[in-house]
Amino acid sequence: MELRIDSGVVADSRRMAAAIVDPVSAFIARHSTVSVERAVLRLLGVGGTGGDDVPLANLVVESLSRRDLAAGAALRLGAAIAETGAEPEAAARLLVGQAEDAFEGVPEEAARAALAPHVERGVARIAGRRTERDALLARLPQTAPPLLYVIVASGNIFEDRTAAVAAAEAGAQIIAVIRSTGQSLLDFVPEGSTTEGFGGTYATQANFRIMREALDEVSERLGRYVMLTNYASGLCMPEIAALAAVERLDMLLNDSMYGILFRDINMKRTFVDQHFSRMLNARAGIIINTGEDNYLTTADAVEQAPAVLASQFINEEFAHRAGLPDAQIGLGDAYEIDPGLEDGFLFALAQAQLARQIFPQAPLKYMPPTKHMTGDIFKGHLIDALFNLTSVTTKQTIHLCGMLTEAIHTPFLGDRALALENARYVMNTARHLGDEIEFRSGGIVERRAQEVLRGAHAVLERVAQRGLMESIAAGDFADVKRSPDGGRGFDGVFERDARYWNPFEEALQPALSGAAR
Amino acid sequence: MNPVKPYGDTLDDGKVQLSFTLPIEWSEAADEAARQLVAAMGFNDVAVAEGRRIAGGFSFFVVYASTPAAVDVDAIVAPSHAGSALSMDEIDALIRERVGRKLRVAGACIGTDAHTVGIDAILNMKGYKGDYGLERYKEFEVFNLGSQISVERLTEFVREEAIDAVLASQVVTQKGSDIANFTALAELIEAEGLRERVLLIAGGPRMTNLLAAELGYDAGFGRGTVPSDVAAFVAQRFAERVAV
Repeated sequence: MELRIDSGVVADSRRMAAAIVDPVSAFIARHSTVSVERAVLRLLGVGGTGGDDVPLANLVVESLSRRDLAAGAALRLGAAIAETGAEPEAAARLLVGQAEDAFEGVPEEAARAALAPHVERGVARIAGRRTERDALLARLPQTAPPLLYVIVASGNIFEDRTAAVAAAEAGAQIIAVIRSTGQSLLDFVPEGSTTEGFGGTYATQANFRIMREALDEVSERLGRYVMLTNYASGLCMPEIAALAAVERLDMLLNDSMYGILFRDINMKRTFVDQHFSRMLNARAGIIINTGEDNYLTTADAVEQAPAVLASQFINEEFAHRAGLPDAQIGLGDAYEIDPGLEDGFLFALAQAQLARQIFPQAPLKYMPPTKHMTGDIFKGHLIDALFNLTSVTTKQTIHLCGMLTEAIHTPFLGDRALALENARYVMNTARHLGDEIEFRSGGIVERRAQEVLRGAHAVLERVAQRGLMESIAAGDFADVKRSPDGGRGFDGVFERDARYWNPFEEALQPALSGAAR
Repeated sequence: MNPVKPYGDTLDDGKVQLSFTLPIEWSEAADEAARQLVAAMGFNDVAVAEGRRIAGGFSFFVVYASTPAAVDVDAIVAPSHAGSALSMDEIDALIRERVGRKLRVAGACIGTDAHTVGIDAILNMKGYKGDYGLERYKEFEVFNLGSQISVERLTEFVREEAIDAVLASQVVTQKGSDIANFTALAELIEAEGLRERVLLIAGGPRMTNLLAAELGYDAGFGRGTVPSDVAAFVAQRFAERVAV
């Protein structure tokens, strides 16, 4: 079912994406953020909370002078360990109470050496969880893609657990725990299991563990591995990635620009954070999901199609530079075309097939209709069926099941079961349709695909000329304008000095050379 | 009096369809449990059309039944501002001629709600369902503050920018968070002495004009609202104010 598209335009689009990302990469290499440093501390074993239930990682970073922070939090922790012989968490507690010049006399070499075994342990923990997943997937194989993905979002992790197990039994292969609305703006990761949330459930290490255990149990019972997803977005991207790596989450929403455009998070903060979080994801074997679907829910889907493809190219480039191989880059798209539009289904098919051909190895993430879901559950169920048909026909990989009650409430347990039945029916009855049909040469679908590709190329050309940060400031993406020094979290971005040391960046670096592309 | 009952295929047959999940393993006894439950709700002629297991310990049912209840539709009062008969050009003309200046409109998704789909549909140039958004109107100066805007920030903005109409949107309604936020905004606007000056408008898929009135708003717009509904309401209210 190949569409004829100009491979030269595709190659040139990739070249332009690289040109767009180049200067941003240079910026990333010279900077770090408070959330990157907190992630480093967490990977070194600094967990738990201090006074007022503030996470210890936050307390340590806050206790550092601007000058010490510019060298990275690891050096100070290493100095404390070298001097006292304490374990990382205890050393972190010491740091919090100390004067700024404490442990000042410890030579850098000694600090690095004292930290070395803890760095090794941190990397081994991540690698160990990955090996565990590989073994589980080999022993409990998943059924063929599209992998059916559903969300749970009660606000209470224990209710979420019930819902997740029920969904797995009804055929779900991936469970995402939607976060409480507002968590993306918290500059810390909450602690402990939680039972209160709005529109979702807080992402905490304890909640990750509760859900992972429940899904491991149901995976064994069903004989197929059920994946767990959360959100590495917002102000704590790298920390969530660190926690997800050690709690064996399988996927993370992790977009290079989403927070900037849709949560007004500072762009410099986001670019630095996404890079380190993706480095962690690369080593942890976590599949990232990008957020291009959001362009379509806020603006017209037909008009925005080129912007979606352009963003996919940019997200792919950023991901490659963090060491993510194609098999871990779940580029996003959505079925959001107005149901009243004549031939809208053909446009949706064209867009989905175009992404499939341009990113053949990527586990594409296909998002369901939301914008045009109205509360008419009967029509909604029908629109979802056509979305399901598009997905199976164009061989999407990660399929977020649409809910007939979208726009009414966060899904009921019964809604999820109906959505899964809908997807299973359509995907079973039309399993090999995509292998059997061909699109008419020069027909509506092929012309639409070519038009979207040309449009994406034009967007990339414009952005390459202007610069990515400048383009975002000018409103080139999703009609949203964000200034380079505006938005939330900008004060948490800082320049690295000559002493700067992030031991995990160093340790994860070798993965870069072989893994990408 | 005009008592009305649901219509299946015969006047006053009272037919309704229900679907729900019970936290029990499916069996024939579960079907009977569903039937008795619906009968206990007061329905007659209960027929369980479908009952099945959807997960361990959970069963799903589709039920048809008749209700003996009726409602007197003549006694219902639910004023709506939807369905404006005015076009964009007419609304612009109304403002130009009767108000004589541009109206300043601020919209935001308040509290922690990040779902801007509703407010964007009303404000963005492109609009919704072929109906242009307020940004497209010549006589509105529009400020779309976006998502996760605290009621304090919105109130401050209203004061500083001399806003005429505030559009507060809430999509997430879990555990009454929308009501809490709408109430907090109305109270703060009142406390800051801005209430007389601004039109306060609530929006969201679950919003109704009745609910908005209870919350102390001038109007509420729910699902199916198109931008010109909101635009006409704002224009007409200000035209009336000037006339008084």
